[in-house]
Amino acid sequence: MNPAGASVGENILEVHGVDVRLSGRKILDRVSFNIAPGEFTGLIGSNGAGKTTLFRVILGLQPVSSGSVVFGGSTRTGGPTRPRTRARSRGHRQIGFVPQKFLLDPDLPLRARDLVGLGLDAHRLGVSRPSRARRALVEEMLEAVDATRFADTRVGRLSGGEQQRILIAHALIARPRLLLLDEPLANLDLRSAHEVVALLARIAREQQIAILISAHEINPLLGVMDRIVYLASGRAVSGRTDEVVRADVLSKLYGHHVDVLNVHGRVLIVAGAGEDTDLAGHEVAFPDSGVH
Amino acid sequence: MSHFLTPVFAPGFFASEAVHIALAVGALVAIVTGTVGVFTVMRGQAFAGEAFGDIGTTGGSGAFLVGVGPLWGFVIGNLLAAGAMETIGIQRTRGRDLATGIVLGASIGLAALFLYLYTASHSTTGVTVTILFGSAFAIASSTFPLIALLSLLALAITITLYRPLLLATVSPEMAAARGIPVRAIGTLYLIALALAAALAAITIGSILGTALLVGPAASALRLTKRPLLAMLTAAGIGIGAMWLGIVLAYDSYEWPPAGHGWPISFFVVTIVFILYLISGLPGRQRHRGENLEQPQPRLHTVHESQ
Repeated sequence: MNPAGASVGENILEVHGVDVRLSGRKILDRVSFNIAPGEFTGLIGSNGAGKTTLFRVILGLQPVSSGSVVFGGSTRTGGPTRPRTRARSRGHRQIGFVPQKFLLDPDLPLRARDLVGLGLDAHRLGVSRPSRARRALVEEMLEAVDATRFADTRVGRLSGGEQQRILIAHALIARPRLLLLDEPLANLDLRSAHEVVALLARIAREQQIAILISAHEINPLLGVMDRIVYLASGRAVSGRTDEVVRADVLSKLYGHHVDVLNVHGRVLIVAGAGEDTDLAGHEVAFPDSGVH
Repeated sequence: MSHFLTPVFAPGFFASEAVHIALAVGALVAIVTGTVGVFTVMRGQAFAGEAFGDIGTTGGSGAFLVGVGPLWGFVIGNLLAAGAMETIGIQRTRGRDLATGIVLGASIGLAALFLYLYTASHSTTGVTVTILFGSAFAIASSTFPLIALLSLLALAITITLYRPLLLATVSPEMAAARGIPVRAIGTLYLIALALAAALAAITIGSILGTALLVGPAASALRLTKRPLLAMLTAAGIGIGAMWLGIVLAYDSYEWPPAGHGWPISFFVVTIVFILYLISGLPGRQRHRGENLEQPQPRLHTVHESQ
């Protein structure tokens, strides 16, 4: 289901019918969606829905059982027989990645600005030569994520929100065309989460970098998403938020009835009365913030 | 002016060839262990250094038994151990306890047998002390080229891999996402670590080698927040500890029980330990302006009070 199926030329990322099986279990089941340049896409799903696996597929780190991923016009993943052939392709560094649950050792001898600098040239051998151009670029990135203030602090001693900013700068400095963020809001308080989302939306708009951000909670992303990819038990629906976050669409995806409720501008997705509560406990995206 | 220094540098110190070699090897090995050790501490691989110590003991004593230099035994033993660690996945925390308990125990048992067989046939116990606790004054000048070669190799691996290794250390996932071959880089680094451990073993003994690998690096990481600076600092601390240890060990020939001299490794390890304690003194990091920019106090007063 892909109501906003744009034509081939204008997408930065196309995921076509991707199946992933790990030891016989289906992790992703015919997942398809497209992302256009500069688009802000939310990948919504509960824990275990397959979000991290999908990121690994897009990065070329996870072989697919069938289907394909096309990034910037070239096929990255062509099926089970060629699992990692693209791992070293140039296109790889055009995708920035911020991994899940990032907790750095507080004693790590690495200033925030050093980690940003590594984003530029960590794939090169040897020690980086300091240059004015390199310093200026790092400084510019630190400013872009509003991190100049703590640029000289050890990264591991920054708060969760500050670390996220540094990781985003680390990913952005390589000038990617697509930025993947795996649950960047998971460990943040409401205010930090809001700031990170606003920062990402600004980056997508101003630099025309497509953003794919995963979350188990839809509400922090509601105002900024151009598109949503909703993942449940390895299957996905995608489209504009109002096309996807509907009782009929999500009921079909979950395979049982769910209700979509609007409460004070927030969305609650709940299993319908009389449904199997096992499934509800596992699959319902339940807002942390909307139930007070 | 030389007689002012006599209380420090006992007569004959600067003329002795054994001292020259000890000073040169000590400095070289301190540079290698400092550089390699910073990554060992950052990657949480002190356990691997310890494993190399135990397996190196077996290799070194086996080398004596078959009549080759102990350095060959350390190097070959450690490289085999590195291969085994990669194969059985000792790098993963879960496999570590078991491997440490069983394999390393068996390895030390084998070393005990080798040392027994050697001492039984040569009626000397000196070799046991040499293997376990090192003997920098007994390094033959003919070994020096091999030591230099191994040092350069370990340094070259670490410096060449510096950037990808650093990112893979900070976050294997981020490194993999950029196409860095994380596993291969980890294996190459383990080889550098194996070589550094062998070099530490030849100077201060297989059992104490880890102290030189981890101690100066751990102190350096407390003193600086930049990895390259930490490597230089660790190398500096290592050289200082080695040289001071050598001077004191030379002086100790005059100390009771006279005539033997105290082991260099005792002095080196003690100095390294004292420096580690000093580097952790509170207030050190506040001087450098760290944490001052934190606007609101976080939960973590725990950290700051440490």
